[in-house]
Amino acid sequence: MSTIDVTKRQSHVGRRLLYALAEHAPAVAVALCFLLPLTIGVLTAFMTQHQAGTGSLWPSPWEFGNFRKVFSVMPFGRDLLNTMLYAGLSTVGVVVSSVPVAYALARLRWRGREGVFLVVLAAMMIPAQVTSLPLYVMYAHIGWVGTLKPLIVPSFFGDAFSIFLLRQFFLTIPDEFTEAARVDGAGELRILWRVLIPMAKPAIAAVGLFAFLYAWNDFYNPLLYTGNSDTGQTLAVALSQLAKNGHQNAYELQMAASLMFLLPVLVLFFLAQKVFVEGIALTGVKG
Amino acid sequence: MTSVLAPVGEAPGSARTRPARGGRRRPSRARWWVVLAFLSPFVIGFCVFVLYPVAATLYYSLTDFQAGSYRPVQFVGLRNYRALFSQSDTFWVAVRNTLWMVVVMVPLRTGWAMLTAWVIIRVKRGRAVYRTLFFLPSMVPVVAAALSFIVLLNPVGPLNRLLGWAGINGPGWFSDPAWSKPSLVLMALWASGNVMVIFSAAMLDVPRELYEAAELDGANALQKFRSVTLPAISPVIFFALLTGMIYTFQYFTEAFVASSSANATSSSNDLIGYPANSLLFYSTELYRQGFAYFKTGYASAMAWLLFLVIFAATVVFIRASRRFVHHAGGGR
Repeated sequence: MSTIDVTKRQSHVGRRLLYALAEHAPAVAVALCFLLPLTIGVLTAFMTQHQAGTGSLWPSPWEFGNFRKVFSVMPFGRDLLNTMLYAGLSTVGVVVSSVPVAYALARLRWRGREGVFLVVLAAMMIPAQVTSLPLYVMYAHIGWVGTLKPLIVPSFFGDAFSIFLLRQFFLTIPDEFTEAARVDGAGELRILWRVLIPMAKPAIAAVGLFAFLYAWNDFYNPLLYTGNSDTGQTLAVALSQLAKNGHQNAYELQMAASLMFLLPVLVLFFLAQKVFVEGIALTGVKG
Repeated sequence: MTSVLAPVGEAPGSARTRPARGGRRRPSRARWWVVLAFLSPFVIGFCVFVLYPVAATLYYSLTDFQAGSYRPVQFVGLRNYRALFSQSDTFWVAVRNTLWMVVVMVPLRTGWAMLTAWVIIRVKRGRAVYRTLFFLPSMVPVVAAALSFIVLLNPVGPLNRLLGWAGINGPGWFSDPAWSKPSLVLMALWASGNVMVIFSAAMLDVPRELYEAAELDGANALQKFRSVTLPAISPVIFFALLTGMIYTFQYFTEAFVASSSANATSSSNDLIGYPANSLLFYSTELYRQGFAYFKTGYASAMAWLLFLVIFAATVVFIRASRRFVHHAGGGR
């Protein structure tokens, strides 16, 4: 082997490294931007109050007691339970009530179907601000303000966005499947239950996930209806009021509480990443 | 179970197998009561939770109604609307701040999502890892995101320390009226992963042949982006701008949490808009008028105005961009 050959190979390796660097450098730079706030937040949760208040970048004695302390400065357990009730029950409500409506819009033939579908689209566009004033008055009138009922009960009456998503998915299932069942003498409820729902599991999972996350993260509605309640607080609102309740400089507690609030979402995300990406694609913006 | 529900499931099927209407004509019309039964959750929900409140808000907006007050309600015509335009200065502050966000934040966020999507699709190996990392922040609940940005951006916080190392004297971010809105923009960029995912999916859908043809014509990366990628993803740009605009007109949680948590020295009603009303947005002002001061009639006028503006802006935007999206799509 000549020396020329060796230097040639070395330069070849060097060039490959350079290519790899050029390929990954921008992505790594962007990834660092995205990770910085997250990392700082997580690290702050393990700092002492002094460190957290002085902009430290690394916890030097790791303070693991912050998480326990959160439970003593706020009723974290009760708020967590409320949040789980809100998110869990409203997810059930959205799925149970939206699937039949989507079925009627996608699979039944009747006059006025397109019109009702337009109404569903219109319902999606209405800003919450336009409905919340009378709804508040209504809930106050029947004594629901301060309870979780205004958050949960409406979800049992069809959610426009979920109906829209499910309808789009039902339409992609070939007619033959439902028609075959119909010829066999199956009723509509049976077709929905035995044929369509098993085939639409990914879409139903996506709708359920979106509904759960919406409720878990929801701030506006809990602020209105249980924001001043002693027993009905949800985590999103309670976390935002930590600062108001005299812990405005307790960054380490705010971060520890936020981390515990965030954790279920992250677990869900990693368990169901595929459902998410497919669900976002389902919103139908492609093309 | 009940006599109403049982027939819905069983009768149409069992009754229809034999009689004349049966299997021959394939697309038979469904019976009206079957349709109604399936639709009933939405029909009831729409009437109670959408139709009634929208109409009631319109009615409230024409009265001096104050929720919780025993004073008789009086019809005042358009007085609430006139008061918005002539008597209130906080109203115009809120309008200006909201428009600032629509004009600055929405395009920046869309552009950033597009850029990060472009960065991702140029990575061949390990793309999924980057996509997860870029997407992750958009999963963080808004309240948690706002709190961690308050920590990150506090005047003596980690970011200003990092900037200090680089010799830059960092601003006061959320406690400086000039920097509070840019801080929210940073947060919006950070959480743009859901838009990024849509962009990258659209970019990957662009046929390879188009790029190869452009390469044959000697186009560089930037030219390829401008003349191949950009036209192909124009529907997504349109979608991102439109939904971003609608969202920003109703911008609430981020501003509310940032204002109330960045400074907690006074009572909660004075915290809206902190610092110096620089974070007073249309929805936070509406919340304060309607649910802190209980000026229900006045807040209802604000709500209806918001509704009309969003509707009009959507129509105008769709009209204006139809040509742009169509032209770009046809011109490849």
